[in-house]
Amino acid sequence: MTQYPLSEKLAGELRTPSGRRFDSITLDAVLSGGVTRDDLRVTPEALRLQAEIARNAGRPQLAGNLLRAAELATVPEEFILTVYEALRPGRTTRERLLDVAAELESRYNAPLCAALVREASGS
Amino acid sequence: MEPSKRFDTRAARPIQRDSFIEEWPETGLRIFPGPADPRPSITIRGGRVVELDGKSEAEFDMLDRFIALRAIDPGVAEEAMSLAPLTLARMLVDINVPRPEIIRLFRGLTPARIVEIVALLNTVEMMMALQKMHARRTPYNQAHVTNRKENPALLAADAAEAVERGFAELETTVGVARYAPFNAMAILIGSQTGRGSALTQCAVEEALSLKLALAGLTTYAETLSVYGTEQAFRDGDDTPWSKSFLAAAYASRGIKVRFTSGTGSEALMGHSEGKSMLYLEARCLMAIRGGGSQGVQNGSISCIALPESLPDGVRGVLAENLIASLLDLELASGNDAMASHSEIRKSAKLMLQFLPGTDFIFSGYSSMPREDNLFGGGNFDTLDIDDYNVLQRDMRVDGGVRPVAREQVMAVRRRAAEAVQAVFRHLGFPEIGDAEVDAAVAALSSADMPQRDVVADLAAAERFLSSGGNSIDIIRALAATGYREIAEKILEVQKLRVSGDFLQTSAVVLPGAQVVSAINDPNDYAGPGTGYRLDGERWREICAIPQAPDPRTIGAGGGAASPILTPLLEAAVSSDAADLVIAVGPAFGAALQSTILGLGHREVLDALLSGIEAEGLRPRIVKIRASSDCGQIGYSGAQLSGSGISIGLQSKGTTVITRRGLPPLNNLELFPQAPNLTLDSYRAIGRNAARYAKSEPVLPVPTQIDNMARLRYIVPTTILHLKETAEVVPSGKPLEMQVVK
Repeated sequence: MTQYPLSEKLAGELRTPSGRRFDSITLDAVLSGGVTRDDLRVTPEALRLQAEIARNAGRPQLAGNLLRAAELATVPEEFILTVYEALRPGRTTRERLLDVAAELESRYNAPLCAALVREASGS
Repeated sequence: MEPSKRFDTRAARPIQRDSFIEEWPETGLRIFPGPADPRPSITIRGGRVVELDGKSEAEFDMLDRFIALRAIDPGVAEEAMSLAPLTLARMLVDINVPRPEIIRLFRGLTPARIVEIVALLNTVEMMMALQKMHARRTPYNQAHVTNRKENPALLAADAAEAVERGFAELETTVGVARYAPFNAMAILIGSQTGRGSALTQCAVEEALSLKLALAGLTTYAETLSVYGTEQAFRDGDDTPWSKSFLAAAYASRGIKVRFTSGTGSEALMGHSEGKSMLYLEARCLMAIRGGGSQGVQNGSISCIALPESLPDGVRGVLAENLIASLLDLELASGNDAMASHSEIRKSAKLMLQFLPGTDFIFSGYSSMPREDNLFGGGNFDTLDIDDYNVLQRDMRVDGGVRPVAREQVMAVRRRAAEAVQAVFRHLGFPEIGDAEVDAAVAALSSADMPQRDVVADLAAAERFLSSGGNSIDIIRALAATGYREIAEKILEVQKLRVSGDFLQTSAVVLPGAQVVSAINDPNDYAGPGTGYRLDGERWREICAIPQAPDPRTIGAGGGAASPILTPLLEAAVSSDAADLVIAVGPAFGAALQSTILGLGHREVLDALLSGIEAEGLRPRIVKIRASSDCGQIGYSGAQLSGSGISIGLQSKGTTVITRRGLPPLNNLELFPQAPNLTLDSYRAIGRNAARYAKSEPVLPVPTQIDNMARLRYIVPTTILHLKETAEVVPSGKPLEMQVVK
């Protein structure tokens, strides 16, 4: 797995969600206010690379999880908690779950997560 | 009842406080098999699992459906299910069948078939299989860091010590949920003090746990519990789909996730459906793989005392560990919750994970005394850590812990406690006083800590989190208050979240922010000479326990002092009937100058001389140079003695009284346990020797019998004897000696 760990092998190419270079995250940059909390998050691109690494290592389910994570990387926390809450037992109707799935797909371009929610609804 | 002091004494032993019951299979109180366990079967149609372990698609419950859809690879199911269980069982222990081939086949097996296969192995075979199957080659360890008072300085000091001792993951939790931001912060700071680099988590309710992770106060989570029946799952307020979604949610923020399962939980919740503990755990593990988790902590975890109450329970827990590894999941293998009152039983059980190695031997080694463990854990705690270090060294096994010197531990404890104090002050949280820091550094437990203002702490903790406080604030506070090196290390680990590297199976972050996982450190065990071998720097580290000195330094110091005896002339045979020889070893009073108990050679001689002289005999000191053996020394002395009696005395203090005419290994009295000899004993030995010379009736000197003496003294005995033997001059004649005044 030649590109793993990405933090070593692709340090020059990795970007933070705000587009900052990975290797420019330094303590001085944090202290001067150049790096914020939002820079210390994973990007959809890095998650897709990790998914590929997991798939090549023979772990398709983990790869699938990382691809769903790539979809969620840009979804706001509040909506993530809404989806989670809807999936818990006895919280909502099948119709409401299908609505949540539709919203994941149309509004957040998250078809894999939408498929998981539809599957949970029994469809 | 016939009285018996032995039965009465055994009744008070710790093992009697453990609970044991007979099996009750219909309620799930059986390891394997259960009366309602299904027979293994599978039907694949059109690339779909349409029948699973005797149930058609229409009869599937929630877990069956999830497993059929997500956990079984229809592409290998028919091949794998057509192999005889015994064939597969033998592959697990066959070094010629590589791990990847087993992983491939197990992708196609049903839960019922997996338990059927694993149940064919005995305990040692399971350990062999686990050695081959655990995902990451190098074993590591997770620690619990909590305390009853939720004191931040103590949490930080304990976290720093845990990382210094080699723990790669730290888990805290709360007594009061609102303390979570402070507890997470304290172990975050502690974890990156000193050696640094560990992932940290705070076990709380899911939504709060996610919030802490989003704020960068934690870097992993493992509270995602899974159960083996639908009803138990629902009682846990989740479904396999909600858990899967949560796993993706954590990963989407670069946070590592490990699920939790374990035998016994379904029976405990009253929802076993008459199925065996092991079959239900196999279902859990399939659901965990299907949900896309990289790993699991299992091994019964908090239910451990329940399987351990049953026959086959400890083997059953090993079996569930093995199944997790067969499903290619990261395995944190339990050993956390209190499992027994008996130290023998706890240690024996530990060996099943410790010897084969797992990804994390413990799901939580208590880094503080167990009374401070808020997980109900502490099966092994900080007071056992020296024992644990010795076990690694005894068996040449890497248990993920390193021996460290006291000064090193105390330095990081202080640095961490002071860093938390500085951050609290800088961010305007309730004061941590200097005395509180001192108490945290020196504490045994939170009983040694002052009471904090809980109301003020909780208000500040809530304010911090709700106002968007996060790890950047902590990094800045540390840098501003003189803790730049801790700030750097926290940032290095946070930075790794951008790459997602520690989302891969079995990832740990080592010093230098180095990520090691099953991707770049895959278990390649294939028999002797392969897989993880404890060698090189790591082995030297494990060997160097602080309590093992350089043997060359034992008994040293005597050599530097000037000899207490000087030679007069070559010793001759005496014809004086009152002559009694004290024959000493070649190092006596010179290279060595005290006995094993630390009695000075001069004092020992004085005691012998006074005992002899009190009986009116004339003692003569002779140094035997040709032998260091006690029997030979005494024998040689007897050949020179006018009375025919001699006392043989080795430098370490071992003494014999013998008489000319007896062979070297026979004697009148022998005192082989030098550690039990006092100056009074030596005086009595001198007196008895003199009475033998006068042919008076003699009551032998009473000696203590101490079974532990050999255990305690065999090492110094050996070393002192080696030093005496080094002074032997094979051709050297006995010399008559005089005590230097």
